[in-house]
Amino acid sequence: MVRYRPSLTTAAVAVVAAALSLTGCSSSSSKSAAGSSSSPSASGSSASTAAAASAGSSSASAPPVRDPSTDLVIWTDAQRAPVLQQFAQSFATANGISVSVQPVSTDLQSAYVTATAAGKGPDIVVGATDWIGNLVQNGAISPLPLTAAQKSGFETTALNAVTYNSQVYGVPYATENLALITNTGEAAANPATFEAMVANGQAAVKSGKASEALAMQIGQQGDPYTAQPLLGSAGGDIFGTKPDGSYDPSQVGVDNAGSKAFAAQLAKYGEKGQNVFKRSIDADNAVSLFTSGKTPYLISGPWSLEQIRKSGLKYAISPVPGFAGLGPAEPFVGVQAFYVSAKAKNAALAQEFTLNYLTRKDVEEALYKVDPRAPALTEAYNDVSKTDPDIAAFQAAAAHGVVLPQIPAMSAVWGPLGIAEAAIVGGADPNTSMTNAATQIRAAIAKG
Amino acid sequence: MTVLPSERLARLSWPRVVFVGLVVLFAVLTIPTLVDKHSWTGVAVTVAGTAILAYVYLTPKRIAARFLVPGTILLLAFQVYPIGYTIDTAFTNYGDGHRLSQSQAVAQIEADSVMENPGAQRYELSVATKTADTSGAFVFFLTDPNGKVERGDAAGLTPVPDSEVTKDQFTGKVITAAGWHILTGIQVNGLGQRLASFAVPTGSGFIKSVGLSEAYVGQFTMKYDAAAHTMTDTRTGTVYKASDGEFKAADGSGKTLPIGWKVSVGFKNFTSVLTNATIRGPFLRVLVWTIAFAVLSVLSTFGLGLLLAVVMDHPRMRGRRLYSSLLLLPYAMPAFISTLVWASMYNKDFGLLNKLFGTHIDWLGSPWSARGSVLLTNLWLGFPYMFLVCAGLLQAVPQELKEVARVDGASPFRVFRSVTMPTVLIGAMPLLIASFGYNFNNFNVIRLLTDGAPYPSGSSTAGDTDILISYTYRLSFGGQGAQYGLASAISFLLFVLVGLISYAGFRQTRQLEEVYAR
Repeated sequence: MVRYRPSLTTAAVAVVAAALSLTGCSSSSSKSAAGSSSSPSASGSSASTAAAASAGSSSASAPPVRDPSTDLVIWTDAQRAPVLQQFAQSFATANGISVSVQPVSTDLQSAYVTATAAGKGPDIVVGATDWIGNLVQNGAISPLPLTAAQKSGFETTALNAVTYNSQVYGVPYATENLALITNTGEAAANPATFEAMVANGQAAVKSGKASEALAMQIGQQGDPYTAQPLLGSAGGDIFGTKPDGSYDPSQVGVDNAGSKAFAAQLAKYGEKGQNVFKRSIDADNAVSLFTSGKTPYLISGPWSLEQIRKSGLKYAISPVPGFAGLGPAEPFVGVQAFYVSAKAKNAALAQEFTLNYLTRKDVEEALYKVDPRAPALTEAYNDVSKTDPDIAAFQAAAAHGVVLPQIPAMSAVWGPLGIAEAAIVGGADPNTSMTNAATQIRAAIAKG
Repeated sequence: MTVLPSERLARLSWPRVVFVGLVVLFAVLTIPTLVDKHSWTGVAVTVAGTAILAYVYLTPKRIAARFLVPGTILLLAFQVYPIGYTIDTAFTNYGDGHRLSQSQAVAQIEADSVMENPGAQRYELSVATKTADTSGAFVFFLTDPNGKVERGDAAGLTPVPDSEVTKDQFTGKVITAAGWHILTGIQVNGLGQRLASFAVPTGSGFIKSVGLSEAYVGQFTMKYDAAAHTMTDTRTGTVYKASDGEFKAADGSGKTLPIGWKVSVGFKNFTSVLTNATIRGPFLRVLVWTIAFAVLSVLSTFGLGLLLAVVMDHPRMRGRRLYSSLLLLPYAMPAFISTLVWASMYNKDFGLLNKLFGTHIDWLGSPWSARGSVLLTNLWLGFPYMFLVCAGLLQAVPQELKEVARVDGASPFRVFRSVTMPTVLIGAMPLLIASFGYNFNNFNVIRLLTDGAPYPSGSSTAGDTDILISYTYRLSFGGQGAQYGLASAISFLLFVLVGLISYAGFRQTRQLEEVYAR
């Protein structure tokens, strides 16, 4: 009994020590809480913008954790963050709030899904529209009720790209698609057919101006995104569509007649044939082959424009040519969009920002200036395309484009279809490769 | 004999008191959050942990425990808990599309199903409260496009005469209302979840806010029947029944709703590893290559490392330090970057290797050359470590023994085989086993160099250079998004496999040690 008592007293001491440090800690935390709750009022706005600026810069290398000190939190990739910070800041100043744009440099989509599930995600996230299916099935984003007038302001493909299960889930701001980029010093721009392009390219190789007829990235794993324009030209498709125009995961088209016709072309121009399609050309070297003048033709998107402009080459942008006697090329049209989190702590502000601020023409044009991709808002696009012929050319290349599928089943396609593509280019049998790919895609979709 | 409490206190060292104080503080700070989340296990664990720590450090009796408890807690937190969690996850369907609980999924499906009534008008919205305090009930002041003002609450709409309000001259939004406090945008946002769940019922649905100053008329297109566990699409009349963690159409069309939830699936993940043809088919082939890859990587790196160490160990060797630093270069470079550089060097048309040798080898394009390339790169990445280890172990070989052997007339090779090698092996064996375990799961090299390519015809799940870990990664995350349940089941099986192999390896070493110890 006697031995027991001292531990009680020491416990009391410990509790006192704890209480002391607790009061110290809680007073500081209540201070910061008071700071953040007062910041929305007009008096605290200067302090809060300073806090937002410092938060924005300090989080550059931090792992994705929601910035707790600001009213509105936006997650985006590292490249876009500084730009968006400016726009978010002017919105914040107008509304007397603080905002922080946090760059997430790796795997933004899964970081966002995980953080949102844990209640630590941002209010708004920026990403491509093929994320939508996955974000929706994980309950990570909410529908955005755009007004009919707002909807009609957007390009049709852009609006379709953010529509999923007949709900609009994002505010689109830029569209992107593949086109043919020609080094006009080596070959004629805007060839009418794929065959004419190959002939021009091979002539350039023969005359010693270039070493490759065409740079179309394939790699050891294949690249279905880059192959899609030609797949569509041959009449193939990845998914059939439902009556309302949305993709139907139960109609896999990878082994239909059109897709097999495309496969036959892959073999014809593959390594055992004309040697135009090569597995040795991949995402890492395709653009540099073009900028170093080793090939007159490159199939790429607006993201490589900056690099090409820097190289000082004379270039022209035209639609990817379709195969002779077959349809026009059908590149995927992807859209970059803003989404509001389903668990947004500031849902009202986030909706206000996306629906009423980002849909403004001047904002979309300003976004274009820092990241030259075609604005999704028709009015903004019309303005921009007058001064930037490249943007207009990319848009023209999307004339026969198809929406990049948002359905989660698409993630079951990339692997098998790419591997089939690479195998056929390397000399495997086109028909069995496509049939095998389709079988595997169907099995993966059924299992999921 | 009684001892004054103050004396007892004096016997306690202050760091201990502060430590226990901090632990208690941590518990005091954590428990409200856990209670808030209804995590009663969390509360129990925190209380028990704090009690144990306080007891152990404040009583004079448990001296041994004071040293064992921290390690035990860390072991539980960082080893046992993750393994337990992995095994627990292996019995669920957790993954993309099945992350939420059922009630969360139901709420999300209903929330996502709210559709604006086609052609319905929008309202300018002001949110108002009776008092300046925003924590109480609030109402909507709604101005329709014609300028007519109505007040909306949970019961419905009440017309408000223009005499009671003043309106913004451009938008018609209510700025002041007699007897009400109009909230600012910040205050509206601050209503948070209460605003999100607030709806004013009308004849054709309900009015909900969007943004800070606008409201629209909408209705649910999905209705949940909690008693029958069904979800009904009010537009088509399709009924979806809850089963196996998702809503499936009752009409047998196979349609499912996009959002599912996490459920226990028993041994399904384990049985699918054994019964699913796409998983089981290539499993044996991948397992054989994995073992071959790990064994050959260990042997080649150890062989080259040992050879270089022996050469460097020769007394007549000059410029030893320079060579050694050059040999360690691959080790100094980040492995990720070297692997990517190697990948570009193997490129058939533009790679350095083919240009250097004037060959046209499709290094990564055909199965055997790709396997060889992987081993070659792994040799480059791994030999400096083995060189370091062997150089150190060679120093430990007793010079006298070598002398004696030489005096006895043994050839240099015989000296190496019978004296040097056994001593080196005893030291190196545990490291070789560890290296085997590491290479068995060497995800980085495979992922960055070949990502499994090339793939045999008809298989996109297992390539010719895939090892088990890169193969399971593709199975779990490459098909229909992330499938953590399946991934956990396979990880557990891999854990057992590597554990068994390592156990056998260590038994072997012990026998070796016993043999040479004599």
